[in-house]
Amino acid sequence: MADLPPPVQGPTAKERKYDRQLRLWGANGQIALENSHILLVNSGPGVVGVETLKNLVLPGIGNFTIQDSAVVSEADLGVNFFLEEEHLGGYRAEHTCNLLKELNPDVNGNFITEPIDTWLSNPDVLSPYTLILVIAPIKPELLAKISTHANTALIPFFYVHSVGFYSHFSVHLPPAFPIVDTHPSPETTTDLRLLKPWPELLEYVALKTRDLESMSADDHGHVPFVALLLHYLEEWKKEHNGEVPQNYKEKTAFRDIVSKAARTNNAEGGEENFDEAVAAVLKSLNPPEPSSTVKDIFKAPESLLIRQNSPSFWVIANAIGLFYTKYGVLPVPGAVPDMKARSADYIELQNVYKSKARKDLAEVLDSVRFLERNAGRSEPIEEKDVEAFCKNAAHIKLVRGRPLLTIPAEGELKWGDRAKAIAQTLTFPDSLVPLYIAFLAWDKFVTTHDKDASLVAPKVPGEADSDVEADTEKVTGMAVHIANQLVKEANTSLDEDDLSTLNKQLSDFSHELVRAGGAELHNISAVTGGTVSQEIIKVITEQYVPVDNTCIFDGVKSKTAVFRV
Amino acid sequence: MAEISTQESSSENSRARWTYLDKILNRPGPFTDPDAFIPGTKESVERAKILVIGAGGLGCEILKNLALSGFKDIHVIDMDTIDVSNLNRQFLFRASDVGSYKATVAARFVESRVKGVKITPYCGKIQDKDEEYYMQFAMIVCGLDSIEARRWINATLVGMVDGSNPDSLKPLIDGGTEGFKGQARVILPTMTSCIECQLDMHAPRAAVPLCTLATIPRQPQHCIEWAHIIAWEEHRKDMTLDTDDPEHITWLYTQALARAAEFNIPGVTYSMTQGVVKNIIPAIASTNAIVAAACCNEAFKLSSNTNPFLGFPGTENYMMYTGDESVYTYTFEHQKKDDCPVCGSDTIARPITVSPSSTLQDFVDGLAERPEAQLKKPSIRTGSKSLYVQSMESLELQTRHNLERKMSDLVDEGEEIVITDRAFPTQFKYKVVFGK
Repeated sequence: MADLPPPVQGPTAKERKYDRQLRLWGANGQIALENSHILLVNSGPGVVGVETLKNLVLPGIGNFTIQDSAVVSEADLGVNFFLEEEHLGGYRAEHTCNLLKELNPDVNGNFITEPIDTWLSNPDVLSPYTLILVIAPIKPELLAKISTHANTALIPFFYVHSVGFYSHFSVHLPPAFPIVDTHPSPETTTDLRLLKPWPELLEYVALKTRDLESMSADDHGHVPFVALLLHYLEEWKKEHNGEVPQNYKEKTAFRDIVSKAARTNNAEGGEENFDEAVAAVLKSLNPPEPSSTVKDIFKAPESLLIRQNSPSFWVIANAIGLFYTKYGVLPVPGAVPDMKARSADYIELQNVYKSKARKDLAEVLDSVRFLERNAGRSEPIEEKDVEAFCKNAAHIKLVRGRPLLTIPAEGELKWGDRAKAIAQTLTFPDSLVPLYIAFLAWDKFVTTHDKDASLVAPKVPGEADSDVEADTEKVTGMAVHIANQLVKEANTSLDEDDLSTLNKQLSDFSHELVRAGGAELHNISAVTGGTVSQEIIKVITEQYVPVDNTCIFDGVKSKTAVFRV
Repeated sequence: MAEISTQESSSENSRARWTYLDKILNRPGPFTDPDAFIPGTKESVERAKILVIGAGGLGCEILKNLALSGFKDIHVIDMDTIDVSNLNRQFLFRASDVGSYKATVAARFVESRVKGVKITPYCGKIQDKDEEYYMQFAMIVCGLDSIEARRWINATLVGMVDGSNPDSLKPLIDGGTEGFKGQARVILPTMTSCIECQLDMHAPRAAVPLCTLATIPRQPQHCIEWAHIIAWEEHRKDMTLDTDDPEHITWLYTQALARAAEFNIPGVTYSMTQGVVKNIIPAIASTNAIVAAACCNEAFKLSSNTNPFLGFPGTENYMMYTGDESVYTYTFEHQKKDDCPVCGSDTIARPITVSPSSTLQDFVDGLAERPEAQLKKPSIRTGSKSLYVQSMESLELQTRHNLERKMSDLVDEGEEIVITDRAFPTQFKYKVVFGK
């Protein structure tokens, strides 16, 4: 030991501070966070946006900017943790920004106190930001302006409500938002290709199962289960015209064969490697067919036509699509789960899978290079990106972002191609779509109740105790109207029972929203700030799978629902 | 506390500060129970003495949330001091606080930020406190990372319930997180499913068999565990392993690296060594925010009756949150178990499968890993004799010889065994069922 060179450097100060999160999104995810600049357009009591930023400043986003023209009031101090008494009368943007910055010296924070109307009328004012977070209430024209910018600049845009016990957010992602590093759960990623073995794997099996019956007890108990299964599969095929077990019945029959082959005349009364083989039969003897989501990605127009400026995702998707067309399978991912085996036998097996994975990768890489030459691309895609794609090819995801559904300044709300799907879920038991509609009605109320004509401080329903009843009636009426329009647009109808249940739900949800009188409850804003910041992290790091595209939180029942509108 | 709070400055006492909260406290909603909710009542929240266990990732959030929900008398227990790796989420701490007690720093910070709230810290273990201490609280909110501590407080609160004194029933609200996932649950001790009833939902990771570590390692983790369990004992027996000491981790890392090289196993890193040895669970601010606030939302509803809360007998009591693939929550009623060793009926013993040919030692080792038991230092007795006792050295010596004996020689099928463990203020009753 003494002659070993000193070990590699321990972790850096930054690695130590961020250790618990680097174990989730790694150095690449962290770099993406550090390169981001998030704009918060704050409004209302202004807590949910600040709570969201808190959860982003702590893990070290690069920059944030708060736009908020509100002045700190006594009421802010009872709900916002990032304001203090001495800030009364000052700008909320300035003081929340400063207290947030205290959380992490690595983060840059800025603030803008100019009212949103005039600020947005300056040219290019949104261009510095890589992601925009807008808190309701906001004028529909301004929301539309930000949405248009997000659409052309291809940046993610979140719109958030936190009202009393309820909250909502919708996210507008670019029209093609692909994710390679989806972090699938480890149980779903094992892909051993037992039904499509290649010659080197079969050679390995032959070697490791030679004279299986006459092996010593110790040898027999250490044959890796992959070798056992492939060995017995070969035997099975001999008696079944070269076919592997096809259905559940045959698979259980095959499982019995493997199970009976275990030796039980030992102290343990069985063998662990055989137990592992038996347990793996049902899930491993499936043809390695990619999911339809993955196959759809190969068929996407962006994948079919590679241009000079195509994002690298599509070039690699095209190349892997070619591989799939040729072989009917995806590249071998190359990972082998742990199993009872001797060290050397296991490492050898691992190498059989790894070399196959490398071979498949090389073939995909050739296609990528070919596509690059054809499209006249100058910057070659890095091999590690192609490798990451090959490893996770079965689990890649594509989210088709679309503009938010928002109350237009004039005219009716249009649900478009989502009308049918949403109308169908409207009357599901426990559906939170009615609550979403109540939020839309809440927005509608705000746009039609212009307090001081400038809408700098829009009137929200239920502000005064004396308004609650009348405003509840108004918001309910608007919600019922929106629901009716939806049902109409979907070209469907509701029976009387469904209709009365729905109307009762719309009325209850509207009442609970109006009850709050525009108040945020700190807990609900903290839950929502947590959820929205998780989503922002997923979107910025391009890891895990983001919400598509609307999420509702019901703090009365402690439940969420996600749907696409 | 003998101290009488004097009138604070008018601005601190100003109700204007609670404008938003008062909208909810003053107005009934469509789901409020008219018998339980009295509009305009502030005292039920303000006067509720509430205990927060843990001042870490969840605890910091919980303290902030309770203070901004109108709770004014909060106590907090935590035995830990602040580490640099806490700073990515435990937002009440700064780099200059590293090394100080979490409970004290967290309490002072929230008190200074939210005027009018009193937070009493205790830097120590929950086990230091007795029933009298726990009896003073209206409810308890837990943000812990240890299953053992949760089971201890759960068993204590169940044990405190006295049918003739309704004040002895202390609602327990518990949160937990791992990466992008977490859960929030509400327990009414003896009335609804308790932590022990739900134990099998949080199964421990299966330990790697010692013989794999010793003779046939295959994974980088096996090499690290070997360094941790075997190499340290061999070379540094006289030194206590301190997993926070970089020199110790570096030593283990070097050992693991050498062993991996010997077996051609790739992938041992310093970070992995740290992760395996300290059993590190990834943790981020956003997940803590979600789970802590979901817990405090229930605490607020429970105190104020402003809306129905999770955990009312016969209703949903458990919310599971998953954020890594879209957002998914599952909120359900976890059923109380009649044979729960903590809150179940005293007369029902839970069946436990025992291999008659295995030794008592195997059985003892297995108890740590069985999802429904998870007992690390068990003492075991039958109705007539002690099989193995770990709680006293002399008894341990007397009963040690049993460890090598077969289970079938020690117990009969159907016989009741009682297991105790110093970590828990209760006993676990089981009925032996012979398996293979």
